[in-house]
Order: sequence, then structure tokens, then C-alpha cells
Amino acid sequence: MSRAFVHGLGAVSPAGWGVPALRDILDKERPLPVQSLARPGWIKPLPVRAVPPPPIRPAFLAHPRLRRASPMTHYAVAAALEALGQDAELIRSGALRLGIVTCTLTGGISYSRRFYEEALQNPATASPMIFPETVFNSSASHLAAYLGSAGVNYTLVGDAGTFLQGLAVAAGWLDSGLAEACVVIGAEEPDWTVADALRLFDNRTVHASGAGALYLKSRRPSAAAVELAAVTDAFAATRAPGRNEAARKMRAQLPAGAPDELLCVCERGDPVWSDWTGKVLAPKEILGEAFAASAAWQCVVACDAIQHRRHASANVSITGAGLQAIAARFVDPNFLNTQEGASL
Amino acid sequence: MLFPAPRCSSAAKPHRVVVTGAGIITAFGAGWKINAEGFRSGRTAFRPVTLFDVSRQRCKIAAEIDLPENLPPNRLSRGDLRRLQRAARLLLLAGHEAWSQCGWTPEDPVPLVLGTTSGEMCLGQDYLRQALRTPRCFKHQASRVTHYLVQQQGINLANALGLHGEIVSISNACASGANAIGHAWEMVRAGRAERVLTGGYDALCHLTFAGFDTLQVLAPTPCRPFDAGRDGLTLGEGAAVLALENSVSAQRRGAEILGEIIGYGATTDTHHLTQPQPEGNAALAAMRAACASAGIAPEQIDYVNAHGTATPQNDSSEAAAIQSWAGSRTATLPVSSTKASVGHLLGAAGAIEAVASLMALRGQWLPPEISLDALDPLCRFQIVRKPVDAKMKTALSNSFGFGGANASLIFRRWP
Repeated sequence: MSRAFVHGLGAVSPAGWGVPALRDILDKERPLPVQSLARPGWIKPLPVRAVPPPPIRPAFLAHPRLRRASPMTHYAVAAALEALGQDAELIRSGALRLGIVTCTLTGGISYSRRFYEEALQNPATASPMIFPETVFNSSASHLAAYLGSAGVNYTLVGDAGTFLQGLAVAAGWLDSGLAEACVVIGAEEPDWTVADALRLFDNRTVHASGAGALYLKSRRPSAAAVELAAVTDAFAATRAPGRNEAARKMRAQLPAGAPDELLCVCERGDPVWSDWTGKVLAPKEILGEAFAASAAWQCVVACDAIQHRRHASANVSITGAGLQAIAARFVDPNFLNTQEGASL
Repeated sequence: MLFPAPRCSSAAKPHRVVVTGAGIITAFGAGWKINAEGFRSGRTAFRPVTLFDVSRQRCKIAAEIDLPENLPPNRLSRGDLRRLQRAARLLLLAGHEAWSQCGWTPEDPVPLVLGTTSGEMCLGQDYLRQALRTPRCFKHQASRVTHYLVQQQGINLANALGLHGEIVSISNACASGANAIGHAWEMVRAGRAERVLTGGYDALCHLTFAGFDTLQVLAPTPCRPFDAGRDGLTLGEGAAVLALENSVSAQRRGAEILGEIIGYGATTDTHHLTQPQPEGNAALAAMRAACASAGIAPEQIDYVNAHGTATPQNDSSEAAAIQSWAGSRTATLPVSSTKASVGHLLGAAGAIEAVASLMALRGQWLPPEISLDALDPLCRFQIVRKPVDAKMKTALSNSFGFGGANASLIFRRWP
């Protein structure tokens, strides 16, 4: 059976740059303050939770490919580099074949919006510098260039659950030998168009931005191991018989669960988890809605809790406003019940 | 489970992957027959753009499609059908043809793996225009958001055909379609799925057109890949969908097999966001990786369907890569770019060119570039310049995109 272990975590979020900042803010269990984002044509601004400036300017910003890149790219690269740790040098030297999976819903939306505004005014003078940054895979490309990674590199576009699909894609690459290691990134950037669109569906939702990353290998790490035990099927939530049934099918693919397990959900109160008695975390309630990045933060938090021996296993559940219901399960392999291993 | 994936069989060897359905729509029209005739004759399908205002653009032509008024029978509600926009309609037309041909039924889960660069970008444009011009008017905005999302076009196709299964949307710029097919091929080959519906789609939209125009890579006249005087690409639109299946499953049910996919290579060119490395080193690596996975040598490839955008940089870099890869076979290797006929379909390009390659293998002909005037002296291979029959068994198709996304697929005639 193929196996995938988490070898590193990375996060850039409204809580700050790095996994410790994310952990600290979630431990406090208090929603971060909301900031204002100007919306053209409106007096009242839109609510957002933005990524604060980094405490120290990241060294990677000096790279020629990254100077002009979008905020999403900066977040994605920072999260990926944190997750890769010292292996970044192995990749640069060609000693490690890396696969990159970048997941996003809105991509480089701020440059897309800016470019189209320019094109509407006068297409002859719209900036040719901006247009290439609007392609969905620009962040993945910049990361590959920074790392000198010439291997397989996909950008998956979709809702929050796409990040979990990305984990399964990466695990498949490790299994087939297409890559020796994979970094899976969920990233989004702030833009008034996204905050504006979110408000059309639920005006309580606060638009957030940032990135999260998981670094996977098929070899078990020497210490504090976390194993990706399962990614369920992705059940479409927009088709009959609907969201609840999709969530129910998703949950049915996971083991029953033990009281000391952690559950990371999008929002509390999901009926599919109403019988859950263990600890529940809902990072989105504290950080805001950042789609693929939100899902990545859920996974980062789950893995971090296992690494720090707070929990022996954790389920990450993506349901609710997205287009699909999907879950991932992470375990401490030292505590992995052989019965569970067999049932998965 | 997506991971660990249940194996369809315990076979130790990788599964052979065959194509049991193919659907296509380009500016030639909808369907295999009309496109096969177009590619075989080398006809061109360019005309003035009518979908949006190009009066202030340098380029004013594209391979624009006359969308059929009616969609094929499907399971979408009247409301859903009313909301379907151009990209989703193109995808549905191609998907329906592939689905009808393959003879699958919706009972079994069939994953859908699609490639696109911009999905339903026209709705994003409409959203922004309205948000800026009438910021207090929200009419249609929620529907625009929903149908703009890239995943939604996959959901529409799945709902139209009654499919249930995972939907994956890959957006690797102009390699998206080839990457989607390659990913689907890996799923079937590794036994993670028995069947996958896969392909690519993109519709013309103002943002993309203006973007390529500002980069000055759009030619004011129809594109001429590998021509010494080439002056840029011409955009097109369309969709192509392939039904990929484990060969054992296909043979067991007596399905008609259109061809086999035997190899796939994907690499990243880290040279520049939009320009290929001049020697084509990542393209070369993709072709080599595809050959390695197919277990064949370049000498065994009978035809190369080149990425061939007709930009000076792409064609010279790709020519260098093909020549390094083909070695002594270069001088006799037939190469052409079907973009000379239907333009550059961006996220759909790899899928369209996959179907064109299958058509050529099945029909035993080579797609010509009849608009080629004078071959770039850098090209030492044989550019197919007029319609010609050919005995061939294998074809390699290249797709390269912004961000350095490079993919090569290898097809084999069946049996």
C-alpha cells in the first residue's frame, strides 16, 4: 500500500507569517479583528482579514521572478519554503525531484481585475507586464523557478476541497515515482471583487487571504511523524441529493473516531458532525474565508496538533458552502491502530 | 477513496489505456467528421472577431465558433441550460459526443479531469463591468459568480451526462488540456480508475484576447507556425473530450477503440514566465519523459503534432527541442501544427491536438499546414505542407504554456 508522510508545514495567514503565528491565534480561539477594504463606488468599505506585513522582508522577494509577482505568489512561496525547510537546497541542487501542486479558487485575481480595468479603458495601453501574472499557474511557476524545480507541477482550480484533492494527486505522484517529494499549497489573495462576491452569498463571511502548505514524502520522517492516512472521495454537493447527503457519504468513508481525536471543520454546527464528542477547531471562524488557503490551514493545524502530541489523529472536513464534500485524515503512525489501517 | 486509492485490479503491470470516445468542437464545427476533414485538408478557420470589440486591438481575427443553436439531449434543467455560457456549452458539446461514442452508463463513478485557462471568464468580465459601472445594482451578479467558477463547468457537464465522480480542474496555461489527459491517463494506467472522462476547453474572451495583444504575440494575419516570416499566434476557441478506459474493460464490453495513449511527460521550464528556454530544454525533457513512460525511442515516433504557436520564440525553441530529441530521425520526421488551421485554443489546445493526432492515426494521414510560405531554416525536420496519406503507428503531441508548463503525450494506432 502506498503511504504519504508529512515532512513539513507552512502557513501565511491573517495571523501572521509562519505556522507558530497560526497556532497561537487558534489557541486563543478569538476571531481576529476585521479590517476595511475600499470598494469602488461605495462609501462603506468591505470587511476583510488581510495578511499583516512580514516582520522581516523575506529574502525570496529579491529573486527577479518574485519582485513583480502577485500577493498570492508571495504567500504561496513563503508557505512552501517554510514547509520544505532545508530540503529546498536539495531541490535546488537537483538531488531531490519535487512535484508541486498549487490549489486556488480565485488565483491572481487582483492582477486579473487590474488588467481588465486597464483593457476596458484602452486595450492598447493595458500593461503587458501584468497579463502573464493573471494565469492561474503563475504562482506555481514562480515557485518552481525560485527552487529550480523542473519536475511535474499542476495548478488545480476549485473550491476549498480542491486542496484535499491536491493532497491525493501528490500522494499518487509519490506512489507512481513521478516525484520523490511533493509540496501541496493552497493560496488566495485579497481583492475587493472577491469580498464583494462573497457578500452576495452570505454577508457574515469575511474575505481572508494567505496560504498553507504541506510537504509530503513516501518515506517516514525520523521524528514527530504525521501520516496522511486518507483522503475521501469528493462528493459533489450541488447535485441531488444535495449537501447533507454528500457530507454523510464523505463521513461514512472515515473511521468512527475516538474522543481524543481532533476535528477541523469549516464551520461549527455542520449536522454531519453533530455527534462528534472530541475537540473541534474551525480556523475559518477565526481567520476568515480564504477558500483553498482555508482548507490548507485546516490541514496545517491538524498536522501541527499531531506533531505536538496534542492529538493522535485528526480529521479535516470540508463541507458547507463549497461545491463538494471531502475529508482528509491525518494520524500519528505510532498510534495508528492496525485495525483502522486495514479499514482505510 | 481518493487516497489510498482502491486498485481496479491487482495487476502488477501498468494498465494499457485506450480511447473509446472522442468529442470535439472547433471553428471547423462540432464533431469528429467535420474536424477530421478540416485537419486532413489543412483548411483554415480564421475570421474577424465578432464576440467583442477588437477595434482598438492590433489583431482583429480569431478562429471563432458559430455555436449551434441547440444543445444535444442532456439531463440539465431548463434553468441550468439558460445559465450555460459559452465555455460550458463548448464543453458540453464535446463531452456529449465523447460520451455517446464510448457507450458508458452513469451508474459507475466516472472521474472528470478537465483543463482550462480561463473557464467562463466572460462572466468575470461582466461581473466587473457591472460592479464598476453600477455599483448598487446586483442583478445577475450572484449567478455570474457561481457560473464563473472553473469547477462549475465540470459540474455542468457531469450533471448533463448524469456522471458522479471526482471533478479535477487543471489550469496549467496552454498545457492544461494535455496535462488533464496525462493525469487521467495516469489514473487509469495505475489502476486508480477504470474509466475517466477528460479533455480541455476554452472560449474566446476579451481579457485573454487583450492580454495576448498587449504582449504583441497575436499575428494580424492567420498564424503560420514554423514559417520563417511568422509573426505570432492566432487565438481560437473550442473543446475536446476523450473517454479513457482500461483496455481490458474496453475489450470486455466490445467497445470501439479509437486509439491508445502510451506515454506522457510533464516538466516545468523555469527560464521565464512567458518565454521558453531558447534551447527548449524543458520541452526536450517532456518529450523524453513521454518516450520513457511509453517504453519507446524517438525513432519509433511517426509524426509530431507540434505545439507550434507561430511565435518566433516558441517555434525556434520547440524546433531545437524536437531536433535534439529526434536525433538522426530529424530529417525524415513529419511535423505539423494544427494551430495553423484552428488557432491556439489555450487550455483546450492539448485536447484538440490529442484528438487531431488520433484522427490522423486512425485515418492514416498527416495534417498539413497549407499556409506555410517559407520554412524557417532553423527547422531541419519535415513540415507537412500539403494533404498526404501516411502509414503510421505512433504520434507525439506537444503542449507548452505560460509558466513553463510543458506536456507531451504519445498516441498509438489501435490495434
